[in-house]
Amino acid sequence: MTTLLATIGARTLAYLAGMGRGVIFLGSALLWALRPPAKVRLIIQQIRAIGVDSLLVVLLSGLFTGMVLGLQGYYSLRKFNAESFLGAVVALSLLRELGPVLSAFMVTGRTGSAMAAELASMRVTEQIDAMHSMAIDPVKYLVSPRVVAGLIAMPLLTCMFNVIGIFGAYMVGVGLLDLGSGSYMAGMEQSVQLRDVGEGLLKSATFGVIISWVCCYKGFHALPMATGVGRATTEAVVLSFVLILLSDYFLTSVLL
Amino acid sequence: MIQVIDVHKKFGHQEVLRGTHLTIEDGCITTIIGGSGSGKTVLLKTMIALLLPDSGRILVDGTDITRLGQRPLNEMRRKFGFLFQGAALLDSMTIFDNVAFPLRERTRLGEDAIDRKVRERLDQVGLKDMGYKYPAEVSGGMKKRAGFARALVTDPEIVLFDEPTTGLDPRLGQSIHQLIAAMQDQLGFTGVIVSHDIPEVFTISHRVAMLADGVIVESGPAAEFLQSHNPVVRRFLHGDAEEAVQ
Repeated sequence: MTTLLATIGARTLAYLAGMGRGVIFLGSALLWALRPPAKVRLIIQQIRAIGVDSLLVVLLSGLFTGMVLGLQGYYSLRKFNAESFLGAVVALSLLRELGPVLSAFMVTGRTGSAMAAELASMRVTEQIDAMHSMAIDPVKYLVSPRVVAGLIAMPLLTCMFNVIGIFGAYMVGVGLLDLGSGSYMAGMEQSVQLRDVGEGLLKSATFGVIISWVCCYKGFHALPMATGVGRATTEAVVLSFVLILLSDYFLTSVLL
Repeated sequence: MIQVIDVHKKFGHQEVLRGTHLTIEDGCITTIIGGSGSGKTVLLKTMIALLLPDSGRILVDGTDITRLGQRPLNEMRRKFGFLFQGAALLDSMTIFDNVAFPLRERTRLGEDAIDRKVRERLDQVGLKDMGYKYPAEVSGGMKKRAGFARALVTDPEIVLFDEPTTGLDPRLGQSIHQLIAAMQDQLGFTGVIVSHDIPEVFTISHRVAMLADGVIVESGPAAEFLQSHNPVVRRFLHGDAEEAVQ
């Protein structure tokens, strides 16, 4: 019994210590981001990695999410003779919830995993140790630009996801089914407020920071062996997904 | 001068260093030898606080680096250069940018001055026209040379070498040894080499220390070390000779 309690206690302490290290890691990255001179070139490189490289997958997933929403929404609303609300339902679902969350999932899979693998590989090949030995803080050079880039690129990708998603639902609702174009647009215009867009973007900026933070942390602290890279990547993706959903719930409950 | 005083280091249940004592004299090359897994690299990394000992002290010019905060530790690390076993070049940068990296990040030198300094170091290590290549595009020996150029570019007082000839053929290994000796002669840095390359590494070493079972079992001038009567040293040197013949 004592051994069991000791094991549970030790694991809990290790878990809490890990969380503490993670928070300190993020704090350190944010502090470096605020300290001049800004690493503009590195931030732009990372915006390219997160934004441009994830664009196609985000656009594709946005288009098909919108099309499915259009299809499901139309037949569900028709049961209540409320097809004219399709534009509103699609836009509000995408702007407030699906856009930020699904685009964050796509970026985690496309760029977050690569970020974790790259840093883990740098750990294994002692490149991170080399920076320490040169008195250069690797958090400043490797992590901080990625966190800033996540903060900037994620809302932009979410905007594109939303636009293409609304267009996808329009194609299905107006193009394939018999909903009027005016009805779709008017429903959307009457229901969507600037606040809905703002809240969605706030969520996506938060998710951008979470993805960069978690993926960098896991990569940065990978075990210095070949299997460490794969393990860090898997853990980074899974933990990012969980934290995205967790923070989504709390943000929604605060913002509603 | 580096003084390692009663250093202990454990990884899980495995105690790698068990009260290690060692003094590294200024301006000479000290080589640390020992069997695989004896903790040589761990000892080397504790000297620059890449690994912190569980107990004991590491004094660099009288300052215990195990108790320094991040800022003073970074100041202390400016005295060091480090050639890693796999060179640890940043693979997203060219060799030129790798060598220029510590100058760009740590100094206020202009690009012209950095350019001159990097070219000088690349020339010294025999990579004059290789600066534009990426680490993945050059051989293991060239990577080591580039890593050496990066370690030297900030004119460090102390240079640490982790298995500088591992993975190289004997001819290339010899050329790296000659390069280390020549640069040490020219620049006068204090060198600490961790090596398996016996007896070749003795030709460039002023002093040799042997690590076994987590402690330094013998240390002294290279010529005297080879005449050591310590049975652990004799067994290790003799065993290595036999392996080489086989």
